[in-house]
Order: sequence, then C-alpha cells, then structure tokens
Amino acid sequence: MADIIEKLGKLDRRIIFVLIALAVIIPISFDLILPNPVGAEPSRDLYDYVDALPEGSNVLVSFDYDPSTMPELQPMAEALVLHLFMKNVNIVGMALWPQGASLGQDAMSSMADSLGKAQYEDWCNLGYKTGGQIMIVRLGSSISAVFPTDMDNVPWSEIPMLRNITALESFSLIISLSAGDPGIIAWVMMAGDRFGVPIGCGCTAVSAPTLYTYLQTNQMVGMLGGLKGAADYETLVGIKGGQAVRGMAPQSVAHLVIILFIIIGNVAYFSQRKKGGAR
Amino acid sequence: MNWEILGIWLGALVTLCLYSFLYRDNPFYKFAEHLFVGMSAGYWVIYQIENVLIPNWWQSMVPSEGGFNWIWIIPGIFVLFMLARMVPKIAGLSRLSLGMIIGSGAGLNMVSFFQTNAMAQVKGTIFSVASGSVWSIFSSLVLVVGVVSGLIYFFFSKAHTGVVGKAANVGITILMVAFGASFGYTIMARLSLLIGRCQFMLEDWLPTIPRLLGIGG
Repeated sequence: MADIIEKLGKLDRRIIFVLIALAVIIPISFDLILPNPVGAEPSRDLYDYVDALPEGSNVLVSFDYDPSTMPELQPMAEALVLHLFMKNVNIVGMALWPQGASLGQDAMSSMADSLGKAQYEDWCNLGYKTGGQIMIVRLGSSISAVFPTDMDNVPWSEIPMLRNITALESFSLIISLSAGDPGIIAWVMMAGDRFGVPIGCGCTAVSAPTLYTYLQTNQMVGMLGGLKGAADYETLVGIKGGQAVRGMAPQSVAHLVIILFIIIGNVAYFSQRKKGGAR
Repeated sequence: MNWEILGIWLGALVTLCLYSFLYRDNPFYKFAEHLFVGMSAGYWVIYQIENVLIPNWWQSMVPSEGGFNWIWIIPGIFVLFMLARMVPKIAGLSRLSLGMIIGSGAGLNMVSFFQTNAMAQVKGTIFSVASGSVWSIFSSLVLVVGVVSGLIYFFFSKAHTGVVGKAANVGITILMVAFGASFGYTIMARLSLLIGRCQFMLEDWLPTIPRLLGIGG
C-alpha cells in the first residue's frame, strides 16, 4: 500500500494531463448535462434586478473582454441580452476592450434576430473607445461627445432609441462583462460611486473572489462569476441546453479528478513525511 | 475554397500545436507561439492606428468638414516623445509623456480609488453587523473577525505571542480560506478555457473531417 502511495506521489504530470483531458472530452462527447440548481446567489440577485426593470428602460451593456475569455463571458452576454430583450428593455452596447465590440455585436444581433428586435429601435452598439475610466468619467457628462457615431458610423442624431439618452444617469442599470482592466472596477468607481448608477457584473472566475467585496457593500447589484455564473443565468432565463450549462458537466467531472489528485498528493506527502523523506 | 472550414482547420492545428507543449517543448509549439506573438503585434498596431489614433487624434486635427486644429499637434509631439525611448540619446523625453499619463491617472484615481476601495469597504464592514437576520449577523461577525485578525497577522511591531499570536493564527487561517477560494475559482476559469477549446475541437473541427473526405453529410 505504502509503495502504491509513493508511486502515486511521483506520478508523471503528463498522466494527470491526459486524465484531465479525458474528464473534459468524455462528458462533452456524450452530451452529459448535470442539474444546475440556483440558490440565493449573486447571479440570482442580478437576474432579479434585471427582471424588475420597467419596460422601456435603458440598460448599458459594456463588453469588456476579448476572444481569450469567450468560453466564460460569451454565454453570459447571450443570456443577459436575451433576458433584457424579453423584458422589452432597450440595450445600448459598448466596449472598453477593442474586440469586445464585435463580440457584443454577435451576441446582440443573434438574440435580436431570434426575438424580432430592431437595431436602432431596441438596441444599438456604440463600439469601442479607448481611455478606460477617464472615458467613463466623460460618459457621465455626455455620451454623444464620446460616441458621436455608433460602431457602423451611423450618427448619434439618426438613432431613434438614443433620443432620450444624454449621460450615464439616463441608464437604469449598467452591466459590465469584464475580463480584467479596464472593466468592472472602473465602472464601479466612476459610474457607480461617482454618478450613482446601479452596476451589475459578469466576470471571469479568476476575478470573481476579489469582486465579492463590492457585493457586500452594495456597490454592485449582482454578479455572474465564471462559467457557473453563466450557467446560473442560462438556467434562470430558461435557456435549454445552453453552452454554459453544457460546460458545467465537464467542469464538474474535471473538478472531481482534481480533488482526487489533491487528496492523493496530500496522502503521499504526509506518508513520505512520516518516513522522514519530506519536509 | 471554403474560408470557414479553412479558418476552423487553422484554429484546430494551432490549438494542437499549443497543447503539444504539455508533452514537452517542441518546434510545433514554438511555431504556434511565434505566430501568436507576431500576429498579435501586427493586429494591435493596425487596431490602435485605426481605432485610436485616426478617430481620436487625426480626425480632431484635420476634421472632415475642413480646416486644421493646430492645438492637436501638441499631443502628437507627446506621442513622438514616447517613441524617443528607442533612441538612447533622447530617451529622457519619454519621461515627459509618461509623467503626464501617470500624473493624470494618479490625480483621477486618488479620490475615486480611495473612496471605492477603502472608505466604502470600511463602511461596509462596520455597518454590516448592525442589522439583518441571525444568519446575516453571524456572517457579518465572521467578516469583522476575519478582517481584524487578518490585519493583526500583518502587524509586525508586536511579537505574535499570547492573545496577539492567537488572533494572528485566526488571521492566517482566514487568509488560507481566501486563498483556497481564489485557487478554486482559478481552476474553474482555466478549465472553462479548456472546455471552450475542447468544444471547438469536438463540435466545430471534428465534423469537418468527414465533409472533407466526402463521407457523411
């Protein structure tokens, strides 16, 4: 037994890589879907807040990510946009990251097509603008000064849904889908704390732990953290077999494999230490 | 030629090249790495020119309706100063541009950052105990004890013995729990990226093979 534990402790890391790969590939190949119960979590808080928005409200969605974090953030974007459209809320999209503008366009146009929403009447995409938080401060006084045209160079004055929008305070909610900096922290600092606009967030799992502090202080109304947050929102909105929900099965199986190896590693370490071989 | 299939195949081959590093360093990995770095650099240069320099600077200096706003020459000069770093004799000029960026960033952040990340957090910690259900009060107590003991752990002006030592031990335990949560979330993030790649390989790339071989749909 001791020999087996010792051998497991010295296992070639490439074997672990193969097992993790299998733990991900097999559930995807068999289209395994696990139940995803949503409790009293920050994702439900964000859902409830969006659900309570009155019809015709304006919501700013900032797509602050790029393709490297698409597996986590794109399902969130699609589920959020779908929910906002279902509530007949007007969506103004923009991006603090260059490639976020086109990813946001993909999410909004695909959901708009499926629900019959019209561009410039129900949604529009202002595109990317550099400057991060300095630019957000400028949005607080005049959005049209920062974005004289939308992403496709249509002038602000020719977009009907923007007639009643002047500055950040015109929005009932700002949601940042954030992969880092500039992103949600800039929105909380400038739009939330300075201009008093409610802020919601979707973020990568890596950044989620640091953002919980903003929930506890009510600086954010809710948060979707990583693939689990995206799966929660898909479940709450009622998307059947969404990309994030499908991703949670390989996620769970791979986590079990990792937990198993953490236990094996610890048992091997303590057994070796008992023998005086490790410190 | 079907450009979509070509794109999928390129994506799949580069993905396989990159993951080959998990076995050991090899020329395929090096090729994909250099391709990525080169393409990123080229992409960003063009993107910055098209989306930052032209709309924000050039079109402000030379508006489409005619005229010339000479004041916009000044930021242009500061941009050139940044590039002076590449010429050792005049590299010092770049400090003027950097100074402006750092100064304006610090000025803008000083109040906002302190307000958002210090004052609001301190207020949230203090007032969290005052109200709520029994569970909420318990949760707030954990928060306050965690914050205070965590701070005690980093207080090195007094030896960590007696009551201070016990509080520091609670602090380090709380910190370990926080690191554990962070580690768990990081694993979830990295696995999500792997899942994204595997979904691409299995659901987008694999079905193109029978199509290319002329079998199946």
